[in-house]
Amino acid sequence: MNVNEKSNAADVSPGQIDASCRVPLLALFGGAALWLVVGLVLALIASIKFHQPEFLVNCSLLTYGRVQAAANDLILYGFAIPAGLGVMLWIFARLSQAELILPLVPVVAANIWHAGVFIGLVAILIGETSGFAWLEFPRASFALMLAAFILIALSAAGTFGQRRERELYPSHWFLLAALLWFPWIYSTANIFLLIWPVRGVAQAVINWWYVNNLIFVWLTLVGLGVAFYFLPKLGGKPLHSRFYAQFAFWTLTLFGTFLGIPQGAPVPAWFPAASTLASVLLIIPLIAVAIIFVKTVCGAGANCKGGPFCQVKFGTVVFLLSGLMLIAISCPHFSQITRYTWFETAQTQLQIFGFFAIVILAGANEILPRIMASALPFPKFVRVQHWCFMLGTLLLVGSLAVSGIEQGLNNYSFATALPALRISTLGLFLLLIGSLLFAANVFVMTIKWKLGLAKVVFTTVTAPLKTAEVKS
Amino acid sequence: MKNGFTVFLASFFVLGSSWTAFVLGSAIQLGHEKQTTVLNGSDAYPVQRAGEATLGLQVYRASGCAACHTEQVQQNGMACDVILTAAGKNAAAVSNLVAKLKLSDLSEEEAAATADKITAAGGKVETRIIATGGDIARGWGIRHSVAADYLYDYPVQLGSLRVGPDLGAIGVRMADVNLQLQHLYAPKSVNAASAMPPFRFLFEVRKVGTVRSPEALNLPKEFAPADGYEVVPKPEARQLVAYLLSLRADVPLYEAPFTPATPKK
Repeated sequence: MNVNEKSNAADVSPGQIDASCRVPLLALFGGAALWLVVGLVLALIASIKFHQPEFLVNCSLLTYGRVQAAANDLILYGFAIPAGLGVMLWIFARLSQAELILPLVPVVAANIWHAGVFIGLVAILIGETSGFAWLEFPRASFALMLAAFILIALSAAGTFGQRRERELYPSHWFLLAALLWFPWIYSTANIFLLIWPVRGVAQAVINWWYVNNLIFVWLTLVGLGVAFYFLPKLGGKPLHSRFYAQFAFWTLTLFGTFLGIPQGAPVPAWFPAASTLASVLLIIPLIAVAIIFVKTVCGAGANCKGGPFCQVKFGTVVFLLSGLMLIAISCPHFSQITRYTWFETAQTQLQIFGFFAIVILAGANEILPRIMASALPFPKFVRVQHWCFMLGTLLLVGSLAVSGIEQGLNNYSFATALPALRISTLGLFLLLIGSLLFAANVFVMTIKWKLGLAKVVFTTVTAPLKTAEVKS
Repeated sequence: MKNGFTVFLASFFVLGSSWTAFVLGSAIQLGHEKQTTVLNGSDAYPVQRAGEATLGLQVYRASGCAACHTEQVQQNGMACDVILTAAGKNAAAVSNLVAKLKLSDLSEEEAAATADKITAAGGKVETRIIATGGDIARGWGIRHSVAADYLYDYPVQLGSLRVGPDLGAIGVRMADVNLQLQHLYAPKSVNAASAMPPFRFLFEVRKVGTVRSPEALNLPKEFAPADGYEVVPKPEARQLVAYLLSLRADVPLYEAPFTPATPKK
């Protein structure tokens, strides 16, 4: 499989393929950038409450439990999923060496998706949250977002069906599985928790299963699929190797999906036992990914210098770290300390910001100039944004992990966890700056493009009629 | 893996295996759970929470309390204490024997052996089962939480982060309604080190009418409103407190045995 897509004679040119993705990707990335900024602002508000518990305390809309849930959901559903889908659509089109089919469908779908997120945000803030972690959006959001996802998946699958190279590239497996897995887990969780709720503690089991499968499995499938596309493309050295990638894919989907039920949960013992066993086995796909990474990246001739190659490399290494952290918190000995502490939050944030957001943003910044056929309005922002994300994640995750361990060693005492916890505010602030820089690029680009369109329309409308037409 | 359909089908089965285990498995095993009876007794457990407490669960959900509080008491194991209840005819020999034996923090087998020895000497004993573990030592509960504790709840909010203490047995630990209300309005007035944000929006601060409302909170000076004003809980606050008080997990069950404290005679 040739990742660099040298187009064969008489084929669609890469420029045409990129142009076909323009509107859908702008719709997906634009909303994603907006929700990332709003989500981080809300996360910052929640975090400031640890410095000043009285901060905005009389406003029921902004009480900690609501703001924190809204921030989490905006970052995951508002930013991570649509941004991932955007990059995914482009990769499908490029790997298929064909234009995106039905480009209008993902445009409409992106808007439906973002409307669903908006409804969810309002619902959480006014107290209409479902009460299930990472699934706080109400049923109306579920209907909209599931429909939107399926529409985007159809467009992606259609483009995939048109591919010229019949053999699949490893990224295909990861991204196809992600397209299949999200509607499955999302509808399962919503149906069994919100529409026809199961009884008692089975709700908790399904909730844990869903959260793990979304945050660990789904984000990993998309993030690795994208990384396995960009690492060879930007590094100039083919992916090493199909066999390892295949091995990583099957072991990851087989073991990763079984994680999530915590030790000591008030459920029959086989649930947490199965999760613990799976978490031990998770080391196998992690080793496979590490081998793929080292053999693909070492000796790659590409000049790194903080460019997109460097960013995707960083994200992939963080994935390995996040996986190791996940194994650690599932292992009975260590989980005695970290259970119910900020340490678990730290792992989630590492997965979302350190791995997924960094890989996807690197991809988005690489794709944007191509689909718009013009340079980014602020090309220098890309590196600053990456630094903000790296340092912000480091501060956020590091401080949460330290305060988690403090908490675990000191009877969950809030006072001992507080000093480290307060540093996390700074991390969120850096992430917010990074997200503003990304949003600036996306929005200025969109506005420029819309102005250009308006200009074309205006000149066409106001153009004087040709005299020949008048005369006849 | 050359064919899209093969990948699709294979992922379907691989991914579906966890769905079958955790979703279908839990729905089958836990979804049909029924009311049981208390260990060594005939009282039904659990019973539906009272109406106000059921509404309070919705206030708990809407306010996002589960972001900072868990509702699952953990237990590492259990220990047995052997207690001499009557020395019998041969009191001196029994008390000599008892002085030599280890009577507390025993395993089940040790406790049975000890009890046998004392009974053989003519004394009467009672074996008490006590849950052990960090949460029990912290006073957060009497036994660990089990699936039955949440049977009638929707949504079940076990929580995953303990910014504040576990609430699995808050109804036992802090059983005073007025104290609970005061804690919601001004957490620092109950616990100076509390980091909980005050939930003042669940209360109404209003001018005192002809007489002070009997429901008004009795707050310490620095937390009280201006003179001539009183703080009255809204229905939501009362419901939330009713829910908190209903969180008890204080009866022994087959899967969570312990010997309840007997009132002193």
